[in-house]
Amino acid sequence: MKTIDLSNATVRDLNQALHDQARDLQDREWVVTHPNGAHNLAVGVNQEISIDIEGHAGYYCAGMNQKASVTVHGNVGVGCAENMMSGYVRVKGSASQAAGATAHGGLLVIEGDAGARCGISMKGIDIVVGGSIGHMSCFMGQAGRLVVCGDAGDALGDSLYETRIYVKGSVESLGSDCIAKEMRAEHLEELQTLLDRAGFNEKAADFKRYGSARQLYNFKVDNASAY
Amino acid sequence: MSDKTQPVLRESATFDRLTIQEIQRAAETGIYDIRGGGTKRKVPHFDDLLLLGASMSRYPLEGYREKCGTDVVLGTRFAKKPLHLKIPVTIAGMSFGALSANAKEALGRGATIAGTSTTTGDGGMTPEERGQSQHLVYQYLPSRYGMNPDDLRKADAIEIVLGQGAKPGGGGMLLGMKVTERVAGMRTLPVGIDQRSACRHPDWTGPDDLAIKIAELREITDWEKPIYVKIGASRPYYDVKLAVKAGADVIVLDGMQGGTAATQEVFIEHVGIPILCAIPQAVQALQEMDMHRKVQLIVSGGIRNGADVAKAMALGADAVAIGTAALIALGDNHPRLDEELKKIGSAAGFYDDWQNGKDPAGITTQDPELAKRLDPVEGGRHLANYLRVLVLEAQTMARACGKSHLHNLDPEDLVALTVEAAAMARVPLAGTSWIPGQQY
Repeated sequence: MKTIDLSNATVRDLNQALHDQARDLQDREWVVTHPNGAHNLAVGVNQEISIDIEGHAGYYCAGMNQKASVTVHGNVGVGCAENMMSGYVRVKGSASQAAGATAHGGLLVIEGDAGARCGISMKGIDIVVGGSIGHMSCFMGQAGRLVVCGDAGDALGDSLYETRIYVKGSVESLGSDCIAKEMRAEHLEELQTLLDRAGFNEKAADFKRYGSARQLYNFKVDNASAY
Repeated sequence: MSDKTQPVLRESATFDRLTIQEIQRAAETGIYDIRGGGTKRKVPHFDDLLLLGASMSRYPLEGYREKCGTDVVLGTRFAKKPLHLKIPVTIAGMSFGALSANAKEALGRGATIAGTSTTTGDGGMTPEERGQSQHLVYQYLPSRYGMNPDDLRKADAIEIVLGQGAKPGGGGMLLGMKVTERVAGMRTLPVGIDQRSACRHPDWTGPDDLAIKIAELREITDWEKPIYVKIGASRPYYDVKLAVKAGADVIVLDGMQGGTAATQEVFIEHVGIPILCAIPQAVQALQEMDMHRKVQLIVSGGIRNGADVAKAMALGADAVAIGTAALIALGDNHPRLDEELKKIGSAAGFYDDWQNGKDPAGITTQDPELAKRLDPVEGGRHLANYLRVLVLEAQTMARACGKSHLHNLDPEDLVALTVEAAAMARVPLAGTSWIPGQQY
């Protein structure tokens, strides 16, 4: 196990060491101590390694992650796991806005709450939030699944494409073209799998499904008021 | 009225025929007009400036003997691997999706022959362009369609797009007829939808956030790549200052004459400012921060010939970018297509329906039969020829001004033909020492 102490190493030192593992794997287990909310921790990692961040992280923690498993033992700032391609990111605390933004793959688990725009423009990632999420979450969500064990804020799934959204609690309001949908057997199955993978003791049957009505896919003048 | 008297029909200046037609079209369809290209209205431009050749007070350089350098290095501020281009004319961002794969390949081929860069556009990086473009700039747009770290590492530079001259403050669109299976797959979208690109980045807001975003991209790419910030010209003085403060290596400034693949006509014609007045504001901002020539400035929007290149550089740009002109060099709006263009309601020299995918030149289309019409090798050769002419023309003018490198051109080499251009470009009205707004 390799430990990098950010009280005497820089973020550049950390990321370079992690990037070097893609070319020459030296250690599979990494621990980052004293992160103190630093931005851009463990970004652009491209190797099957585990990284434990022992504290709070700032913006873009685990941004563009590929293959790595990153656990943050604290809260994270804006854009955690943004544009992640694959791998696994777990936040033991809560996340600020734009968690999992534009991400293509992998699994992001937030044990606490997530702020506004969680899963904005998500492109295939699975996001499971133990608590609640803020407004405009999953705006223009293109693909993947967003699971919320708590409540969802205003304008959930606005201008949604093909992301499937599951919410256990209340939804303050649905955004344009986002509607409640029937929960069929395949949805119960995929949701239960996601909840189990996330390690949350929840029952899929307690959730509701939301998705795109697909009425805004092609511009129609009669829908102008929705834009 | 006698038989010999012809009635004189008076057209309204306010309600001219084009205006009447647009009102009628709007009433019939209930939707705004969408088209490609940049503004068609006449705005103050480089044609309103003249270069002052040398005579007694300045020595010219011999056109066929004395060297006039053209190279430019972009990204010297922070990047470990700055881009060294042979010529200061780059190819602006145009997406695969807006353009055919053959068109993207042709741009790559032509630019590589000429020793310059191409830029991806929205929707990701294609193998056709990466394979042929020696210097490839990878755009980082609000939509992040096709964005991935592997391609980020393959890029030679990264361009964070905040705006576009044709539509500052507006997002993008790609209409359903061009969202084919391949385009949709690269963008993770359903086939055939009218695709929208967001107008704001999803995970940052404002210059302080941008500084962190730039730092993230540098970290991901181990500080190797130059990072450009592209701005649609509206408030360039402030925007440039904020982009430099956020850590940009290069500023790309696009004026309202810059083209688009698909935008509302009213947006193209009424939002943003001409590149002529944007450059001096950007240069002022850089100079006040002691960053002129340290953070390089690329300007675009209506660059057509070597005179435009020379004048833009004399105003303080380090390089220019071309988009519309590059498509014309590939064959867009060619007279041989006139009959076909008339069948779809246009004509050679007028065609701007780049949004609908019916381009008979095979450039702004995803129709496989139309796309096949563009030979990427021949198209690349034509683009390279055109780029050579641009540079030769610019060198000719620079030598006449006594300059041994295009970068040595400066505002003192310029005068303006109109009061408006003098005020905007901040150079004297020809025959006077008067710069409106600076001297009385």
